Amino acid sequence: MDTTVIILSGGLSHEREISLHSGHRVSEELRGHGFTVVETDLQGNLIELIKESDHPIVFPLLHGGSGEDGAVREVLELLDATYIGSSAASCRVSFDKAIAVPLVAQTGVRTPKRVVLPHDMFRDLGASTLLDLISTKLGLPLIVKPTMSGSALGYTKVTSLDDLPGAMVLAYSFGRVAVIEEFIEGTEVAVPVVDYADGPRAYPPVEIRPNSGVYDFEARYTPGATDFISPADLPESTLDACRAVALAGHRALGLRDLSRADIIVTPEGEPVFLEMSVAPGMTDTSVLPLSIESAGESFADVLAHLVRQAAER
Amino acid sequence: MGVPEKRRETNLDMYSDAYAERTSGMVASAVRSLFSVANRPEVVSLAGGMPNIADLPLDSISDSVAALIREHGPKVMQYGAAQGEPRIREQICDVMALEGITGDPDDVVVSCGSQQMLDLVTRTFIDPGDVILAEAPSYVGALGTFRAYQAQVIHVAMDEHGLEPEALRHAVLTCRAQGKSVKFVYTIPNFNNPTGLTQTLERRREILAVAEEVDLLIVEDNPYGLLGIDIDPLPAIRSLDSERVIYLGSFSKTFAPGFRVGWALAPGPVKDKLILGQEAATLCPPVFSQFAISTYLETWDWQGQIVKFRQMYRERRDAMLRGLDDHMPVAATWTKPQGGFFVWMTLPEGFDSQQLLARAVTHRVAYVPGDAFYIDGLGTRNMRLSYCFPTPEQIYEGTRRLGEVLKEEAELRQTFGFVDSLDNKSTSTPALDSPSTGITGPSLESLSPTSPVAPSETGATASSHRTDH
Repeated sequence: MDTTVIILSGGLSHEREISLHSGHRVSEELRGHGFTVVETDLQGNLIELIKESDHPIVFPLLHGGSGEDGAVREVLELLDATYIGSSAASCRVSFDKAIAVPLVAQTGVRTPKRVVLPHDMFRDLGASTLLDLISTKLGLPLIVKPTMSGSALGYTKVTSLDDLPGAMVLAYSFGRVAVIEEFIEGTEVAVPVVDYADGPRAYPPVEIRPNSGVYDFEARYTPGATDFISPADLPESTLDACRAVALAGHRALGLRDLSRADIIVTPEGEPVFLEMSVAPGMTDTSVLPLSIESAGESFADVLAHLVRQAAER
Repeated sequence: MGVPEKRRETNLDMYSDAYAERTSGMVASAVRSLFSVANRPEVVSLAGGMPNIADLPLDSISDSVAALIREHGPKVMQYGAAQGEPRIREQICDVMALEGITGDPDDVVVSCGSQQMLDLVTRTFIDPGDVILAEAPSYVGALGTFRAYQAQVIHVAMDEHGLEPEALRHAVLTCRAQGKSVKFVYTIPNFNNPTGLTQTLERRREILAVAEEVDLLIVEDNPYGLLGIDIDPLPAIRSLDSERVIYLGSFSKTFAPGFRVGWALAPGPVKDKLILGQEAATLCPPVFSQFAISTYLETWDWQGQIVKFRQMYRERRDAMLRGLDDHMPVAATWTKPQGGFFVWMTLPEGFDSQQLLARAVTHRVAYVPGDAFYIDGLGTRNMRLSYCFPTPEQIYEGTRRLGEVLKEEAELRQTFGFVDSLDNKSTSTPALDSPSTGITGPSLESLSPTSPVAPSETGATASSHRTDH
């Protein structure tokens, strides 16, 4: 097989290390499949590398920042490079939780009640008044998070109003816009979606049970710190509902090749859509490979499919 | 979906039930993850403690090493003595003599960097639950080792002259009154990591007097002693007492860390235990490295090289202090080290250096948040800034970026009603101006609620998520 795959990982986002892990794993899997793989960081010679390679397939595995907000893919499109994953335009929409979640909600999917605000709005209108208004509207507990960040960085579950200002400051450390949303009690699941010739396919929802009770950075990336059940230990009808939500999100946001929906299933069995990732993690503790394998498929085979599918574009 | 599915439950680590309890703290960390960005060239990293060895005579070292292999290969690439090679132990005594130590080569045990010797010393003395006293703050790599042997670490306050003798006495007596076994006090007397502070000679004598009074062993860790910028080497604590001190030394900062050669100078019976421990741990310390360093010490003006290092670090230290003066808000304070690698900064009340790191990384500057230099969560207002590796220009630019980070954070905090201010200068004496008395940390507070020595963060508190020394 003479297709060259350029794995693009690392970058300068807060999730650089995770991206490097994802890139390394995908590289190994594709090499095992016979592809020629070149691993590269987001660096000065990238454009040259793509230009000098013979019709390479670029696989952006950059998490956070320019890797998911469409900027890097914009450059790839400028180069007429073939790449795996969603277009720059779709990424711009889906990476910004402020825009993506309402779009998915328009399909009839339930999403948390939420407020999205830049920090200067609090400065201009007075934080105290605005926070009071928000907490009255949404109640407690609340989730506070940056609009454009992953891996639970900058996330806080707020159970007391006294903790809300601190949570806001933390979220704004990661970006100028933050989401404050109602906390939905329930079962946390993630659903990968992969495109095939006959359309997108939702893989088994993976239930996430962090030992600490909170799926934070430590729980995400420490092997053994979280139990994963795939498919989730939920009724088949609920699993189907989760898959339907993931597919609705994938389509509503115009995503391509692969994505991952994060969902909470309420005790009544209703899936609530939280967010969509256009560059799902592919580390040893990531959900996507686990889900694919529990469906009886090989993760490497699915990666190879993505390469071939991109090559045919 | 037409896809065969079989429910699978996994935590992705089939050995998770088999690990020893001491591994429970070994988990992924968002802060450590952020450091990954610090390695990018766009980022000014004031985080790492890597010595700058670009000025070493690389051609000469290369020739020496080649000759070593050509002429003595079968010997220098063979197993060696667990205690270390005789020649380098003699030379180590010459090195230690610069700090007033009269040591016998027979009392020297060589190790794989001083970090491994710290491990051996801890393994030799500590049963789970034993108490180790350590400065507040203390070297993160030492805390990691102590934690691995399930020691109870209790921090002892520092002032601008380093470890406070009275706080040390109080800690020992309080622990013993509680039935605890205090095994030793761990101290870095010169250009302390992370604070940059140096114990005066008088302070060293006072600490030693307390140790004698309460019958306490001192572990003196001295990687930076020869790297004074404004001062010449002070007498080591070990030079004042040969029986109460285990002295740890290293070639990592005065030559190069890649060879991984450190040592201990220990009282005879302790030395015997360390040798047996070394046999069990490594069979012998790296033989080739010991010969390579011996050759370097014999053939090169290594003391002249240290003078060059000191000058090089002076330029960097000065760039950092100039940058901090120019760019930091008045409410921030910092130490002014007379040597070594580190400045310890104290942020205005309410600031959290760990939380600030994400914003700093966005601004392309990195540092080590203060809490990792504590075992008990203190140090959140502190950060360790290293000036050892980047160029003076990069260091100055790094401080400018850091100033921007603090300014933005202050504006944000003000927006959300936090009353801290960047404009309130409390004192012209930097870094140690925050409330400072006695022993820090909730650990001892819980031991002695009526203690006259209140738990506190001294301005000299720091923490790091890296294992560099």
